[in-house]
Amino acid sequence: MRQKFGRWFIPVAGGLAFIYLLVPIAYIFVFSFNDAGRTNLEWRGFTLDNWKNPCGAPNVCESLVNSLQIGVVATIFATVLGTCVALGLVRYKFKFRNTADLLIILPLATPEVVLGASLLAQFLNLGWELGFSTIVISHIIFCMSFVVVTVRARVSSLDPRLEEAASDLYASPITTFWKVTFPLLLPGIVAAALLSFAMSFDDFIITNFNSGNFSTFPKFIYVSATRGIPAQANVIGSAMFILALVVVVTSQVIAYRRRKALAAR
Amino acid sequence: MTSTVERSRRRKNRGPQDLRSEEELVAERRKGRVGLYLIIPGMAVLALFFAAPVMVLLGMSLYARPPGAEIGEFVPALEFGNYATVVGAYWEVFLRSFLFALIATVAALLIGYPMAYLVAVRLRGRQLMQGILLVLLIAPFFSSFILRTQAWKQILSDEGPVVTVLRAIAILPADGHLTATAFAVVCGLTYNFLPFMMLPIYANLDRLDTNLLEASGDLYASPLTTFFKVTLPLSMPGVFAGTLLTFIPAAGDYVNAALLGNNRDTAMIGQIIDSRFFKVVDYPGASALSFILMVLILALVMIYIKRFGTKELF
Repeated sequence: MRQKFGRWFIPVAGGLAFIYLLVPIAYIFVFSFNDAGRTNLEWRGFTLDNWKNPCGAPNVCESLVNSLQIGVVATIFATVLGTCVALGLVRYKFKFRNTADLLIILPLATPEVVLGASLLAQFLNLGWELGFSTIVISHIIFCMSFVVVTVRARVSSLDPRLEEAASDLYASPITTFWKVTFPLLLPGIVAAALLSFAMSFDDFIITNFNSGNFSTFPKFIYVSATRGIPAQANVIGSAMFILALVVVVTSQVIAYRRRKALAAR
Repeated sequence: MTSTVERSRRRKNRGPQDLRSEEELVAERRKGRVGLYLIIPGMAVLALFFAAPVMVLLGMSLYARPPGAEIGEFVPALEFGNYATVVGAYWEVFLRSFLFALIATVAALLIGYPMAYLVAVRLRGRQLMQGILLVLLIAPFFSSFILRTQAWKQILSDEGPVVTVLRAIAILPADGHLTATAFAVVCGLTYNFLPFMMLPIYANLDRLDTNLLEASGDLYASPLTTFFKVTLPLSMPGVFAGTLLTFIPAAGDYVNAALLGNNRDTAMIGQIIDSRFFKVVDYPGASALSFILMVLILALVMIYIKRFGTKELF
């Protein structure tokens, strides 16, 4: 009896949790087909118009493009800086190591309002005009800490003997890095970069503090929430979700096939 | 970085006894300098745009408003009274924020743990299935959490399906609501930070040795006993990281409270900070509130780490 309980409890509870996670996505998807007019609050009939014309509502696509640009730039900076820091922290010993550690962890332990508010205070103080650059900087800060934490786990689990073997075979340190270390770290770095991009793309609170009049996709939705979110936002939200799903699932399937092929050999 | 090559050449020429030679120590030190070069750019960015801003925030929280000044005009001062003022006005909101965050964290743990266990242990070896479920966890980020929170607002609205059903089966009184209640805010928080709870637990359970579970079963432990005596204690580092990654952003969040709550008895501290900054233009008050929030959370995190912490936190 107990055995049985344990057997079905986990799949049912886990399955329900995944459904809970996807309910609002399903709602967003369904209402992207709503013949909504100005406010997309109640169902008024099925239409494909929103999908045919995703940029139909004012500022939807502009804010999406802004968000994508910010995400890409912030991710590149955060990934490069964060990977270097992770390598440095794991592989080398130096003074101020603990201070460096603390400086990495603290942004993760700081709520977004505080990060946003403090950066705003700094930009006001410096007389820096709020916009693209201030948003990118704020995103680099919180993404970088995540990159360091993710990549650091990967560097720590790397077998140093592999690198020693390379240098024993007279590879220069730079060759060793690019031919041995980097390929081994790459999955971790890619995962960190994807996570950075996702968090940057979806960030609202820090962005809202440091954006001035510049609009991003989450900010656009938040601002329009008071007078009704256009159905086009649902189209873009659904499309981005499906795109992310397709890209990652495809790469998973390819990796899975390759593993199977290798195992069959 | 040349040290590795030099070391290996030396090893060949002189044999293993000379490994800790004078040159080796110098090489070690040089090694250290490369490390410094690696971390300096990242650290500089953090110093300039994290550490310094927090100091600026601290400074600004002590600014004073000269008599007869215009809105948004402040002068540098050491006005500690700002803190007393905002604490007096908003201590209840602080308490509520931490309470909501705590409930949401516990709820996310109860929901996230079975999810993580399902993917990491039950589906072990079925990589494709695992991959797809993990993607489903991350992909919602791309559909924007504000859009999803707004979707919840409409699903839970008075005309929505949930309220209609709950009213029909009399769980909710005929004039009962779900939106604009504390319940909705906590649900939203739980929902939005669930991935941050689930992923660290998953990463931990993924390394769990299932032979231990079998061994426990062989020794006649019931599955529940096995869970509480073996699985759960082993997965504590994941639970620990997950609860922190959920509680901290939840305590400072204001989107859920703004979209799903009302302005009276569900306000969270993030909302107050935001409106002090942008609507009231009371920079010192907003800065003081932010600083208090930061210190309170750091203090809570420290106590939590001391009490339950493991070394390998992040």
